[in-house]
Amino acid sequence: MESNGGDDVARIRRDIEALKDTKARIEDRISVLEAKLQETVSLAPRLQQNDGVYHVSCPPIPAADANLANGLSSDSVYRYSRHLLLPSFGVQAQSNLLKSSILVVGAGGLGSPALLYLAACGVGCLGIVDHDVVELNNMHRQVIHTEAYIGQPKVKSAAAACRSINSTIQIVEHREALRTSNALEILSQYDIVIDATDNAPSRYMISDCCVVLGKPLVSGAALGLEGQLTVYNYKGGPCYRCLFPTPPPTTACQRCSDSGVLGVVPGIIGCLQALEAIKIAAAVGEPLSGRMLLFDALSARIRIVKIRGRSLQCEACGENTTFNQEHFRDFDYEKFTQSPLSTSPPKLNLIAAESRITSKEYKERIVNGEAHVLVDVRPEHHYKIVSIPKSLNIPLASLEARLPEISSVLEEKKTNEGVESGANLYVICRRGNDSQRAVQYLHKMGFNVAKDIVGGLESWAHDVDPNFPMY
Amino acid sequence: MQLTLEFGGGLELLCQSVKIHNVNVDLPKGAEKLTMKDLLSWVSTNLIKERPEMFMKGESVRPGVLVLVNDCDWELSGQLDTTLEEKDVVVFISTLHGG
Repeated sequence: MESNGGDDVARIRRDIEALKDTKARIEDRISVLEAKLQETVSLAPRLQQNDGVYHVSCPPIPAADANLANGLSSDSVYRYSRHLLLPSFGVQAQSNLLKSSILVVGAGGLGSPALLYLAACGVGCLGIVDHDVVELNNMHRQVIHTEAYIGQPKVKSAAAACRSINSTIQIVEHREALRTSNALEILSQYDIVIDATDNAPSRYMISDCCVVLGKPLVSGAALGLEGQLTVYNYKGGPCYRCLFPTPPPTTACQRCSDSGVLGVVPGIIGCLQALEAIKIAAAVGEPLSGRMLLFDALSARIRIVKIRGRSLQCEACGENTTFNQEHFRDFDYEKFTQSPLSTSPPKLNLIAAESRITSKEYKERIVNGEAHVLVDVRPEHHYKIVSIPKSLNIPLASLEARLPEISSVLEEKKTNEGVESGANLYVICRRGNDSQRAVQYLHKMGFNVAKDIVGGLESWAHDVDPNFPMY
Repeated sequence: MQLTLEFGGGLELLCQSVKIHNVNVDLPKGAEKLTMKDLLSWVSTNLIKERPEMFMKGESVRPGVLVLVNDCDWELSGQLDTTLEEKDVVVFISTLHGG
């Protein structure tokens, strides 16, 4: 029975794999046919292949149905009827919306809800830019993506979701990272830009690009349990640089992948970004320009504050600025902000090779029964998620105060396990950056045996224990 | 002078993760008013417990920190020269980049 069960499992797995293959091939054929269909229809977007990347432009928005006095087709009247029933929105605003084009940069925690609402509400042309793929550890907040798309481009996944909500609008996929080399070309095709990115250089780049192209920018950000929202470069209002002429130190730029984020927080800010974009596109209400919304989820507080107007001294939009499209193309945003446009974590190399061992080497030393102490320098709440058995948690921030503790456990090991030369000391963290900082400090304080485990727990999970949970 | 100070966007981590501080700040000796410049120096001495460089740069706040006096950007009230009144609410908020 046992072996039969095993055979069954293997057979089922093979069948699943074969079916998935077939499914992928069928989906490919469908996309090819869909593309063909779009090309033959008069509203077709202009497709040009370049270096394997599709540059698709936002097509002209179809002219309104001439047969109807209000300019909306009967299908549109039915689909958007609840908008039309709003006295302060109505036919004119909906018609404006249907003629507008909006670009969402980033299909992550902010972009997900923004795209869902923008597709549903009938924005004529909706563009999506992202270079990343769907990952399971982001799905708690990137609610536009489904499990079936894990490993696939976010743009593809988000576009499919938008199309399934509203097949009557144009969805344009920009499956590439936004750079100074392509930003002007992409942004110029849209009326309104939504910044749903996750890093400082992208925020400066998108704002500057909107300034030189004269596009309003709906900017949102979220981290931990807080969110922020404002509209830049709208009808003489300030741009991002007016508010933040000097970039913050890189240590002040935290990432969701390091500091965490409660999924619903970017969800709320992303929805508000959709709202502001809809107001601008439909020409209703008062957009959040010259004001900023600050959201604190834990205390359930929303504060709307008045911010400065356009700065006359602003390098991007000030009175005597020479900043133009040419400057934009040549501007080095990564150098300016001292941080990369992608959010991949840094890989430091602070200490000499002889003070480092790989996770595999460390595993061998455990197997050989070497007398040692393993110090895990991650913050306590990280240590609580998962840790290597018998490791000692001393967060980097409290290392200085807890040096005596390390001395005493080293001494204990030496005595208990009878090693003349003394026990060894290894330091680990999540990715192998903080552990190097710790070893550097430990050497300075006389703990010369201290060695860092290269790549931290990530490499431990990758190279030694594939069942070790990673986060 | 009674003031309410609020820290957000991660700046609260510099003052023991407490976001709202109701404080009593004395006027500097011989001065007739309290300015934001005085308050910043009071905050760095009395509230910021770690990594002061994450709050201040020179005599002002570091780049990327918005200062709001009664829900209004301090750029509009004279920045460091802003005069504070009894019961004012001053917010220090670090700009976020995540998404």
